[in-house]
Amino acid sequence: MIQFTVEDFNGERQTLEIPEGISLSLMEVLKGSDYNILATCGGMALCATCHVQVLEGGDALPDLNDAEGAMLDTLPDAGSDSRLACQLRVDETLQGAVFRLRGAE
Amino acid sequence: MTTTDICIIGAGPVGLFAVFEAGLLKMRCHLIDALPQVGGQLSEIYPHKPIYDIPGFPEVKAQELVDNLMEQIAPFHPSFTLGERVESLEKREDGSFIVTTNEGTAVHCKVVVIAGGLGCFEPRKPEIQGLEEYEGKGVAYMVKNPELLRDRRVVLAGGGDSALDWTVFLADVAREVTLVHRGDSFRGAPDSAEKVYDLAREGRINLILQSNITSIHGNGHLQEVTLVGKDKTVTRLPTDHLIPLFGLTPKLGPIAEWGLQIDRSAIVVDTTDYSTNVERIYAIGDINTYPGKLKLILCGFHEAALMCQSAFKYVYPNQKLSFKYTTVNGIPTF
Repeated sequence: MIQFTVEDFNGERQTLEIPEGISLSLMEVLKGSDYNILATCGGMALCATCHVQVLEGGDALPDLNDAEGAMLDTLPDAGSDSRLACQLRVDETLQGAVFRLRGAE
Repeated sequence: MTTTDICIIGAGPVGLFAVFEAGLLKMRCHLIDALPQVGGQLSEIYPHKPIYDIPGFPEVKAQELVDNLMEQIAPFHPSFTLGERVESLEKREDGSFIVTTNEGTAVHCKVVVIAGGLGCFEPRKPEIQGLEEYEGKGVAYMVKNPELLRDRRVVLAGGGDSALDWTVFLADVAREVTLVHRGDSFRGAPDSAEKVYDLAREGRINLILQSNITSIHGNGHLQEVTLVGKDKTVTRLPTDHLIPLFGLTPKLGPIAEWGLQIDRSAIVVDTTDYSTNVERIYAIGDINTYPGKLKLILCGFHEAALMCQSAFKYVYPNQKLSFKYTTVNGIPTF
């Protein structure tokens, strides 16, 4: 099982347990877990409504791809710990990470 | 004024295919799209990407699908208004509508079909105190006419491609150009970033990194912006113009004000015919929602077909609709 923690818009934290090899993005898992994110563009790094801040475990994550980096650079409120959940695969790199939801509700 | 049977808002794949289904029932269509070309996301965002789930096409490139759809609907002579955004909807006594765009183009129609996909792409606005107060009074979210900035002081904010490109361009036009970016580097477009660094070294622009604009001030017109650095230092910078360039984000836009039932940025429809809660207005494709909704092009095609069967009664109130196969009857062009 892959375990990571999500902090919602109210600051409440919940740890999710996801089976290995699930082949979903973090955005898809967040939507599937009933988090109120829009994910308007469906995972193409276009809308940034799945913007998350990585509070812990950021070093283990894969590097930003070009589309994700370019989109994050355009955002007014992104920081060096920002990622797009749609560009992160749910696999062992997420083990123990803590994500805070930032994208628009 | 353009007069038509069905006004389709959005010229993406689903809007285009709706022209075909409407044409089979002898209903004429006019399409309006905010983008300057047809195809919606497919042409604008991923024209060269392959799509694998269009029935009958093991693989088709997005632009190729759009081109094929244009060929398929050509016999029905649809008309287009491109590069304009739908602003308002007026209902007439006979039940028909007048749809008007931001450029004042008016379309008189019997049925409105919203096939708007993700919505219109609108500029993302940063949280800056006083920003909206100075919109049009020094604050703009795009550069429409660079000549208006000649010999003026301009502050640009953002770190994406458009912020970099406009900084380079305006360095030769404006009297003083300042680029403010919250990060310490630029991740997109290395060529443009290099040019911006060069201009800053030559003293032709001011480059302020790791800073955010927190508030703006003026007296009827913008006069000054306040920056706060990562180290909390506060700087006040006199300027004539502020152009925040933080990319575009899809929004429903004025459609959200039409009294339609909306759930999380999508229009709620009845799945028997994809009608909305407002009579004679339908919503098809990615912009609608219903239990089990899948945002797939092929689902949008299906929705377009059922929508047309239902819309027929508004276009031809005195005629009975009989269902026909194209294999039997061919394409009844007009």
